[in-house]
Amino acid sequence: MKQIQNTGLALFLVGLTLFTSLIFFGKYEVSLELLEEIVNNKGIKSELFINDIKANVVGKEFTNPFSFSSKITSAIETANETHKQNSEWDKVIWDKPHSFTYQIAKKAGSGFIKENKWLYWWLTFGLGILGALMYIIPNVVIKGPPGIKNNGIWLNASTNRGWIGWFAFMFLVGFYLLLYFRPDYIVNWTYIVDPISESLSGNLASQWFLYGFLYCTVMSVMAVRMYIKYRHNKYQILRTTSVLFFQIVFAFLIPEILVRFEKPWYDFKNAFPLDYDFFFSWNIDQLIASGGFGLFILVWGIVLTLVIVPVMVYFFGKRWYCSWVCGCGGLAETLGDPYRQLSDKSLKAWKFERWIVHGVLVFALVMTGFTLYSYFTGSEAVLVIKTQTIQDIYGFLIGSIFAGVIGTGFYPIFGNRVWCRFGCPLAAYLGIIQRFKSRFRITTNGGQCISCGNCSTYCEQGIDVRAYAQKGENIVRASCVGCGICSAVCPRGVLKLENGPEKGRINPTDILLGNDVDLMDLLNQK
Amino acid sequence: MAHIVIIGNGISGVTAARHIRKNSENRITVISAETKHFFSRTALMYIYMGHMKYEHTKPYEDWFWKKNKIELKQGFVNSIETNSKTLHFAEGDTLQYDKLIIATGSKPNKFGWPGQDLECVQGLYSKQDLDSLEVYAPNNKACKHAVIVGGGLIGIELAEMLHSRHIPVTFLVRESSFWNGVLPKEESEMINKEIISNGIDLRLYSNLKEIISDENGKAKSIIIQETGEEIPCDIIGLTAGVSPNIDFIKDSDIETNRGVKVNRFLETNISDIYAIGDCAEQHETIGYRRPIEAVWYTGRMMGETVAQTICGNRRAYNPGHWFNSAKFFDIEYQTYGWVWAQTKDNEARFYWEHESGKKCIHINYDKNTREFIGINTFGIRMRHEFFDKVLTKKQSVEYVLEHLADANFDPEFYKLHEKEIVEKFNTENDTNIQLKKRNWKRIFQPN
Repeated sequence: MKQIQNTGLALFLVGLTLFTSLIFFGKYEVSLELLEEIVNNKGIKSELFINDIKANVVGKEFTNPFSFSSKITSAIETANETHKQNSEWDKVIWDKPHSFTYQIAKKAGSGFIKENKWLYWWLTFGLGILGALMYIIPNVVIKGPPGIKNNGIWLNASTNRGWIGWFAFMFLVGFYLLLYFRPDYIVNWTYIVDPISESLSGNLASQWFLYGFLYCTVMSVMAVRMYIKYRHNKYQILRTTSVLFFQIVFAFLIPEILVRFEKPWYDFKNAFPLDYDFFFSWNIDQLIASGGFGLFILVWGIVLTLVIVPVMVYFFGKRWYCSWVCGCGGLAETLGDPYRQLSDKSLKAWKFERWIVHGVLVFALVMTGFTLYSYFTGSEAVLVIKTQTIQDIYGFLIGSIFAGVIGTGFYPIFGNRVWCRFGCPLAAYLGIIQRFKSRFRITTNGGQCISCGNCSTYCEQGIDVRAYAQKGENIVRASCVGCGICSAVCPRGVLKLENGPEKGRINPTDILLGNDVDLMDLLNQK
Repeated sequence: MAHIVIIGNGISGVTAARHIRKNSENRITVISAETKHFFSRTALMYIYMGHMKYEHTKPYEDWFWKKNKIELKQGFVNSIETNSKTLHFAEGDTLQYDKLIIATGSKPNKFGWPGQDLECVQGLYSKQDLDSLEVYAPNNKACKHAVIVGGGLIGIELAEMLHSRHIPVTFLVRESSFWNGVLPKEESEMINKEIISNGIDLRLYSNLKEIISDENGKAKSIIIQETGEEIPCDIIGLTAGVSPNIDFIKDSDIETNRGVKVNRFLETNISDIYAIGDCAEQHETIGYRRPIEAVWYTGRMMGETVAQTICGNRRAYNPGHWFNSAKFFDIEYQTYGWVWAQTKDNEARFYWEHESGKKCIHINYDKNTREFIGINTFGIRMRHEFFDKVLTKKQSVEYVLEHLADANFDPEFYKLHEKEIVEKFNTENDTNIQLKKRNWKRIFQPN
């Protein structure tokens, strides 16, 4: 069994190494025809840029994406600088330089990877999946009979912020930086998922398709790990199945298939304000332009946020979304599960959390207010602040850095719910409802708590669950995503997630059940 | 403003300190020779198993004590001079008190076995015990075999701990079946099976004869009384129960027996001195409870009670209905009310076991009045509040079975067995109890 695991680990690392190293290979060559095609498609009017590319890029062969990218991006920047100085606004290339380069590179690339897409798929994704499963599945035997087996978590360098954790951190952060800010470097990765993308939407894969596919793959593999680890716990099994279903079907398959039928790409479960660009003018225009179906999406998006989400939170708590449906939650509960114990439980962290998560919510609402104001009045700015600027700042700081780079990249250091706890505006909104108007609570079972601290340690949201349980008090907290792990790891059966009458849901007590009845009455009446 | 000094920073002492602070402005000092801050002793096992780190076992953050003006003093009290109300420390200094609470907890029992004080022989009670276990049994290379002596709650925890690091364990249990002084035969046998299925070498009817030393004063093996078998080992865990940790009091004029003798108000024979938690011994037993109760929550309740008395609201310690819980490897155990190992004359029993052999319930009731007396539940979680109400209202066994769905506390979507349980009861007792659907109104109704 151990040998199977070691072989699996080796295969996984080979796949991962190969995948990573693909960045450094490939051939990129721009022909005159390709240049013309791009110039026409993009409507580029900058002769400075065209000449620069003709002189420095066309007909030359580049053997890695970095030098290719640097030539093109510098051509864009130099041209733009001159045009801006001369106020030749129609000649400025407004595309982000690296996204623009990506589009060229996708077409200009050639060589063995592009010619053997399936082979490389098998050598990277294939080996990675196979290796990971060979590592995960033997745990059925190795870790012993079903039950909580958290043995050695704090003794292992991958899960206790040891060197493996830091390595994983750097890898993940690097991945997100490339994905968001240097898509032109990862063209090779997109080649290997081209065949899958074509079979779904009919288009070649973008970096976002790659990300979506990778996301589903990682979640599926790590869901197998969840199924094994919590095979005694039906709540965990069903919850894992649910997030996996919503990710694969709603976030991945349906949007891609919509594109095939020339409908707008839309994830039906992604609610505003997590879906922060839902009200951006380009999205509204696109939806309106695609007729009845687009209008349906527009109405659905609004109803989802204003009616469905709060009503469901009232009945079931925010868990119905955050740990049963949401894609961010889905990754956190699968890939992130091994890191849940790393969240900060201090009071300080809680205070910080409340400021920042509600701050992001306010930011999102203000930004959307600007957006709608601009949309309906046609003015580009509110007072002196340009709507475009505030949208860009939000997209960069919250959409990319916070949700991606920090939110997932920091899993191995700060735990798996960094984004959900500190950054997600939707979670903040759901949290306010959960705290003040919901039937959900985690019931504390009378006086059974022994203050061991397993619940707090394994709370991914950094809630000091024990602080409530040892007082015999129910846990009603805005940030609780109802993952159910506190209840699972409790050795004394103290915690139960449940929905019940609102009355008595919050029950602060001075002393616990089991002590003198008169004393309880006396103190609890005070 | 009086100076309240508490010896011991376990759950009893710390609960007392917290509640005194809630109700008064008295100066409070908590003394410990074990650790600077309060930690949860029950979680020691999880540190060794790698589920948690020591920091995680501290229920309050380190700033808590200063913020609540609870002074912490690290030191070992050598003696108490009751006339001058002075504590003398091993470190040489002294401390004056106005009121003193003794909450020094327990120490592992040693029954005079030859070799019991050798190196590598230890109990599992304190942070120091954990540290020494880390030294002698860090892994299965340094520690090739372990022997545990004494089949109780700490013994089985220690077995699980060592097992988590793949150290082979021989578990000596004096009785004919694990913990059968407390558990009825059926449950006890279920746990025997659980122990064996985890690869522990369980030896029933086995007493420790002696521990053999090597040439360096380190234990190298043990001999079993009954068979004379010698078992080589690198660590020996003595887990044959605990007794009050009160040696330093024996020379004072505070009355002691096995523990510090207290009345129902937790007062000792000397005024302004109280004793709570594991180290306190009641003059007369309360209900069916033992005079010394080494249980987490009773320590907490005594702390809650004595704080009232010290703050001018003199109250007797008056615990409610008995309950407890534990976990045996993967099997969780809860008990509410009383289910003795042996059935009493007026009692009848109902036992149901799941086909997996890992879940069961055992109900004890009065065969004449049908009054519910208690329940043991293994592998199924039950609601404390439900059974507390049942016991207070002296409900019948039929009532309990009828409302078993209300009692269930398992996580959502778990497979429920109530129907099967009620059917079995009906068949055995020729009754026609109809299981009621779970009703949130009933569940959350305050009495």
